Amino acid sequence: MKIVIVGNGMVGFKCCEKLTGRAPGRFQITVFGEETRPAYDRVHLSDYFSGKEEASLYLAPAEWYAGQGIQLHLGDPVCQINRQSKTVDSFKGKSVPYDLLILATGSAPFVPVIEGIEKKGVYLYRNLEDLDLIESRAAKSQKGAVIGGGLLGLEAAKALLDLGLREVSVIEYASRLMPRQLDEMGSQILMEKLKTLGLNILLGKNTVALEGDPGIRQLLFSDGTGLDTDLLVISAGIRPRDELAQMAGLETGTRGGIVVDENMQTSDPFIYAVGECALHKGMIYGLVAPGYDMAEAACCHILDQPKPFAGYDMSTRLKLIGVDVASFGDPFANGSQADVITIHHGPEGVYKRINISKDGKNLLGGILIGDASQYNLLVQTVRNKVILPAQPEDLILGDRGNAVSGGLGSLPDEALICSCESISKKSICDAVRFEKCENVESIKRCTKAGTGCGGCVPILKDLMTETLKAEGKYIRNRICEHFEYSRQELFDLVKLYQIKTCNEVLSRFGSQDGCEICKPVIASILASLWNEMPLRSGNGTAQDSNDRFLANIQKGGSYSVVPRIPGGEITPDKLVAIGLTAKKYNLYTKITGGQRIDLFGAHLHDLPLIWEDLIAAGFESGHAYGKALRTVKSCVGSTWCRFGLHDSVSFAIRIEERYRGLRAPHKIKSAVSGCIRECAEAQSKDFGLIATEKGWNLYVCGNGGSKPQHALLLATDLDEQTCIRYIDRFLMFYIQTADPLTRTATWLNKMEGGIDYLRNVVIRDSLGLAAQWEQEMDQHVASYQCEWKVAIETPEIRKRFTHFVNAPGEKDPTLDFEPMREQKKAREWK
Amino acid sequence: MEIGESAEPGDSGRTDEHWFFACYKEEVPEDGGVCIKYGDCQIALFYFARRNEWYATQNECPHRKQMALSRGLIGSAGDEPKVACPFHKNTFSLKSGINLNGNEQSLEVYPVRLDENKVYIKIK
Ligand code: SRM
Ligand SMILES: Cc1cc2nc3c(=O)[nH]c(=O)nc-3n(C[C@H](O)[C@H](O)[C@H](O)COP(=O)(O)OP(=O)(O)OC[C@H]3O[C@@H](n4cnc5c(N)ncnc54)[C@H](O)[C@@H]3O)c2cc1C
Ligand code: SF4
Ligand code: FES
Repeated sequence: MKIVIVGNGMVGFKCCEKLTGRAPGRFQITVFGEETRPAYDRVHLSDYFSGKEEASLYLAPAEWYAGQGIQLHLGDPVCQINRQSKTVDSFKGKSVPYDLLILATGSAPFVPVIEGIEKKGVYLYRNLEDLDLIESRAAKSQKGAVIGGGLLGLEAAKALLDLGLREVSVIEYASRLMPRQLDEMGSQILMEKLKTLGLNILLGKNTVALEGDPGIRQLLFSDGTGLDTDLLVISAGIRPRDELAQMAGLETGTRGGIVVDENMQTSDPFIYAVGECALHKGMIYGLVAPGYDMAEAACCHILDQPKPFAGYDMSTRLKLIGVDVASFGDPFANGSQADVITIHHGPEGVYKRINISKDGKNLLGGILIGDASQYNLLVQTVRNKVILPAQPEDLILGDRGNAVSGGLGSLPDEALICSCESISKKSICDAVRFEKCENVESIKRCTKAGTGCGGCVPILKDLMTETLKAEGKYIRNRICEHFEYSRQELFDLVKLYQIKTCNEVLSRFGSQDGCEICKPVIASILASLWNEMPLRSGNGTAQDSNDRFLANIQKGGSYSVVPRIPGGEITPDKLVAIGLTAKKYNLYTKITGGQRIDLFGAHLHDLPLIWEDLIAAGFESGHAYGKALRTVKSCVGSTWCRFGLHDSVSFAIRIEERYRGLRAPHKIKSAVSGCIRECAEAQSKDFGLIATEKGWNLYVCGNGGSKPQHALLLATDLDEQTCIRYIDRFLMFYIQTADPLTRTATWLNKMEGGIDYLRNVVIRDSLGLAAQWEQEMDQHVASYQCEWKVAIETPEIRKRFTHFVNAPGEKDPTLDFEPMREQKKAREWK
Repeated sequence: MEIGESAEPGDSGRTDEHWFFACYKEEVPEDGGVCIKYGDCQIALFYFARRNEWYATQNECPHRKQMALSRGLIGSAGDEPKVACPFHKNTFSLKSGINLNGNEQSLEVYPVRLDENKVYIKIK
């Protein structure tokens, strides 16, 4: 396939790198660049003045392109796109055919209409040629000026000072500096700072004419005043370079920019546009990180693995040595959207502002001046919607001695640490752990993090130290060979990206085709998150065999059937019904250890028939086959027992009905005892309740099984409603964070801080997730349905209950039973 | 789509091996298996939709002689497609039938051929 890329700037280069890296040899790539040099680091353009070698700014040497099989034509802009014949024509007369075309033409500085703007000594600040010109004029000049008090203008002004000009002024039309990033207060403090650096700042000035002959000597403002200067740099904003696109009839915005969708496709699906020339949802992004994200979106789409561009915020940090200024998220949110916390320390020139959502949970944005050391952390906090600590002001007080709560540890793995190269926290930690990167340099080499704007280097260091510290104890608990993630990480990813099928989870986060270990984990995560009937959502074959057939496979290949009998309470009629069904299908019956009745020895083929009978008699699935709530045992309680304090049976039934069908990392069991004599054995359950004079004591994380463990007291004397809320939270916390096949007891044993930590999370809501968890549990309750009812009523599901697909009526002839005590048993293994 | 040696039309005429019609494609769940009856023989047929591949093996697990492999989960070990027995999670290569995680006997494997929406299995 032939791909032509127009523009060899930062984003165009990123496309080359991604396409050749992901699919070596698959594409025939031709790149046209208008500039005579191969793509260079425009972000660090100003370093050129401070003596940085031109070649060290190059993103890759010219040989690199050849090595990747890329045809690179420099100094030869494309001047026409022929959409009909799918070719491009270049200035030097080349005509090159394409299957796909990527426009990465960047932007040009916006030049305001000012009389005399064409005079000598007036420059732009965009490319290396501009810098060469400025440098040579500066050598003969005393005074300089910059029109534009934005990010770039200030950078240019500082560069002029560094070039040795005596007097440098910044002229801004608006009433404050960096009007797109800073509020009034921020701008004032920044101004003070810049003055101490030697910059002269003029606000609210509209330049109407430039005077001097032949070179510029003076600026005239609309208020009649003027300013002497020998050199002027225009930095009044950018204008996307959409001229080629316009000529070719592609859709462009009224104020410029090539209109693209979330895959970066223009109005012609064979043409993509990325970087500063692209107009996405009405936005032109004048920053490199969103540009790189666009390159990713376009390349993924070309490679048939779409990864839509979701927009970006305008978080930025000024790169002026000695002036720490940053703005992130929505720096201006206030009023009805946000509560604003500010810190202002005049003498030290520190001003910090954070905007907190009205519910106090999320950081929306803010401004940092004088000390922007928390910048990266705060950007991550906004982007990842990290729940804020109880005292959010700690985020900006920071160095009061105590560690910042909600620090690095609270960032999710997918948090973007290096936005330039789009490197996540996980990639960095992994490089430390698995690639033995033990200094920042090797992390940079290994992951490319920190090689863009360099702003993330401090956070890289911190992450590295933390990871190394943890390394001593670190146990790699990835699910299996197909996932680099733990169950909790995968759970969070599936939730974040709202993924609904096993195959998509495998394709996006896993490798190869999964296995008997990870597939049931995925199926369980999907079931926990989306409450969908597991066999209906197309994930049937990802289930463990028991879940796939909604019954437990037994020796010999028959199945057992366990109807739910909440709290162990059953009417005589229902007992009769079970007896009749068992007789009809020749099933072995037994009272289980979980206070209910198990019917063994059912043919696969008979399962739907058996359930039809049971459901007609008022039963529903008991989920004995699932990693789900099993039973809530009860003792008879105050309705009959002379010691009973409360009605333990009613409460057990209420609980069983609330959590029935809830999928978890392992099975969950519960029990309710009517008094401290504890006949229901509540203290051996995942959660158990014991009646007290005043209410209920709630115990958690008990276990029977091979390593019995007593449950621990979580809270005392609760009313029923509070009990239920705490259990909701407890279960949701468990479901989201436990490793696969880990019962609550083991989960707690591994939890740092143990029961105290758990109590903080469940009762004091230290993670701020309680309300969300309760709501999720309410959703689960509302969406509950008996899986067997769905199965027998859905023909496609029902027809799977057959041993031979090509002889649906026939049972497995090898299935065989032996008689025992008037019932049957499975035949011994061969 | 076809696994194993190629099927010449003449094959079906031979007495020692031939292709038989097993079932329709849509009767086999994606990324899962079904059991095919062929005389007294039980064959597990798998549609590995993720890889767009079809496999057939004996249905009986050599470990405890359970007729259950068609109900097992399929997946991969490295690049090798495999099935796990639902009973004790022994895993077998779908390509060669070899037991991948122990010393169990290998499974018999059979070539599968698709003709429109009909699935054929070649039996010896
Ligand atoms: C049927 C039953 C035995 C009985 O005849 O009474 C039973 C049967 C099985 N238990 Fe159990 N357990 C049964 C009550 C228990 C109990 C008692 C209880 O629930 O009060 C316990 C101890 C309490 C606990 O879980 O903490 C119990 C602890 C286990 C364990 C150990 C769990 C652990 O955390 O260590 C396993 C193994 C596992 O799950 O990995 C297990 C696994 C099994 C399996 C699923 C074994 C298997 O993989 O095939 C058995 C198959 C059940 C089936 O085919 O229906 N069963 N099992 C009981 C069904 C209860 C019910 O109505 O659902
Ligand atoms: C001084 C300076 C400082 C900056 N600092 C920061 C910063 O701190 N943080 C940040 O995020 N961003 C910063 N930026 C912005 C950043 O450099 C840009 O966002 C980024 O370079 C955009 O990449 P691009 O590929 O879209 O455009 P460009 O890098 O401009 O590349 C476009 C290329 O296409 C070429 N071209 C145009 N038309 C044609 C044609 N018809 N045929 C062939 N070639 C063509 C152009 O000549 C150019 O080389 C800074 C920019 C400047 C100038
Ligand atoms: S104790 Fe062992 S043998 Fe008995 S039911 Fe439980 S798992 Fe089966
Ligand atoms: S019967 Fe198949 S693994 Fe034991």
